Amino acid sequence: MTISADMDLANFLIQLLNSVQYGLLLFMLAAGLTLIFGIMGVVNLAHGSFYMLGAYLAWYLTQKTGSLVLAIVLGTVIAVAFGLLLERVLFRHFYQRDHLDQVLLTFGLIYVFEEMRSILWGDDVRGVEVPALLSASVPLTDNLSYPVYRLFMSALCIGLALGLYALITRTRLGMKIRAGAFNREMAEALGVNIKLIHAVVFAIGVGLAAIAGILSAPISQVYPNMGSQVLIMCFVVVVIGGIGSVRGALIAALLVGTVDTFGKVLLPQVAGMLVYVLMAAVLLWKPEGLFRQ
Amino acid sequence: MSLASTRLETLPRSVQFVLLLGLAALVLFPFMATDFYTQMITRMMILSIFAMSLDLLQGVTGLVSLGHAAFFGIGGYMVAFLTPEAQAASLWWTLPVAVGGAALAALVIGFFVVRTHGIYFIMVTLAFAQMLFYLVFDNKTLTVFGKGFVLGGSDGLYINFKPSAGLFDLESKRAFYFFTLAMLLLVYAFLRRLLFSPFGRALAGIRVNEHRMRAMGFGTFGYKLTAFTLAGGLAGLAGYLWGAQTGFVNPELMGFHMSAHAIMMVILGGMGNFAGAIAGAFAFELLLDLFKDLPTVQGFNAGKHWQLWMGLFIVFVVAFAPRGLLGLLERALRRGEPHP
Repeated sequence: MTISADMDLANFLIQLLNSVQYGLLLFMLAAGLTLIFGIMGVVNLAHGSFYMLGAYLAWYLTQKTGSLVLAIVLGTVIAVAFGLLLERVLFRHFYQRDHLDQVLLTFGLIYVFEEMRSILWGDDVRGVEVPALLSASVPLTDNLSYPVYRLFMSALCIGLALGLYALITRTRLGMKIRAGAFNREMAEALGVNIKLIHAVVFAIGVGLAAIAGILSAPISQVYPNMGSQVLIMCFVVVVIGGIGSVRGALIAALLVGTVDTFGKVLLPQVAGMLVYVLMAAVLLWKPEGLFRQ
Repeated sequence: MSLASTRLETLPRSVQFVLLLGLAALVLFPFMATDFYTQMITRMMILSIFAMSLDLLQGVTGLVSLGHAAFFGIGGYMVAFLTPEAQAASLWWTLPVAVGGAALAALVIGFFVVRTHGIYFIMVTLAFAQMLFYLVFDNKTLTVFGKGFVLGGSDGLYINFKPSAGLFDLESKRAFYFFTLAMLLLVYAFLRRLLFSPFGRALAGIRVNEHRMRAMGFGTFGYKLTAFTLAGGLAGLAGYLWGAQTGFVNPELMGFHMSAHAIMMVILGGMGNFAGAIAGAFAFELLLDLFKDLPTVQGFNAGKHWQLWMGLFIVFVVAFAPRGLLGLLERALRRGEPHP
């Protein structure tokens, strides 16, 4: 194990920006996962599939419309509609079921989604071009620069995270969501339409995951099974942050993003394991996660 | 209906009779079938051992592990590590070492995961299994304390020789079949005995109400960790047999899909009595082969998209038959009898 010597300031800054960008991306996925668990009590293994759906929609829609902005808007609408349909037909009936049944249901759905993707869009690896407007780079030193698109991506994620925060803490809908999470029966007795709340939360989760997929399509490739790897990372984030806590998910996501990004630069041989070591350490210290509510 | 009877812990006479018929069929099978089918049934018996090991956690103790394949994979990789390039290694020491290695890994991982509950347990077992998966997947070789290990990366490793047993020749398909059958019976007898031992009763108590068990003075952490280690060791045994039979191991053996398939096998057969796990493993593998052999209809290759059918099947079972095949069988057989 050798520590790379070329870690000067500019390089450090680039890695730091990458960490934040990766962390924010993970947050988009983990937020939905943690909300869906915290409020409906559902383990959703198929959450990674929504990320894949977003990425494939990004590829398909930019091809058809020629615009990534349109793809973001249309793709999100399609994904949310898909999420609402899925909630209505399947997930709604599994909120009160055993975790074991939920695990199997959502595992079965991964297979179904993968094959639907294969039938609709094939098994090839696809790429999405960064739009011309955002394809520039910000020069840092003579030979190092940072792509504008990644900055745009981080800014959008921060915007959505703030929006989510405001929605949950500052609006009437958010109040109902929190009430439903705190005590389902009591909220229902007080006239909150809990079924509607659940559908909304599920749709938000699917929407965030799909946006994460759409946004990451231009910087990573679009490929089969892309949801699985990111799903595991999200599990790690949710476990570290504490299930049901959106704030915990944000902090844990940034932590995981930093450890993973810097690990790959500083300790490449064991980089893949560092995140899990972090998780094990948190489990020893706080088995319920950092921000369990 | 009491909890013991919902799990069918004591098997009704009718089910016992069906199981005995199954055993007779398994004993006679290799004398009537070609090598191809003998190997196929051997594979199903190996997966039955794997499914039973998971049932100890999932059905008996109530711990849903989504990372059990890690120990199956370790058992398989142990065969590859312990078999030299140009000669066979003895079964009599490699098998215990492989089982011990898998059990040790389960002890270490169990130390972290057993302190979590419910959903956390599911996620954390999955995460640790994926850690091992990526460790093998990303590294062709690994240097630990100055000693190099060949891991094979995503390509996997070939095992050139089956373990040598001395008394019998495992290169023979039929001998391997009977060795696997003997292991299957041994594991089944051991686990059935364990189920009704004080230790097994304590595990069942933890499934039903862990807080009450703690209040009664049981150190549940120790019980759960022992169960996790034992299940890991038995999964390692199954993995060892798998590696020895196929002569090839790859990271997929440790993957998330393998773990989920094992859960499905246990569910499909019926949890908590080990006989269901065997029935489930056979049924699941038969279905998998059936789906993979589907014909091409009007240009649509139904067999290539086997995951679609398997996915829909899993969703269907979870929605409509949560008690599994053995539950259905028992209900069908009991229909004639008067209700107690």
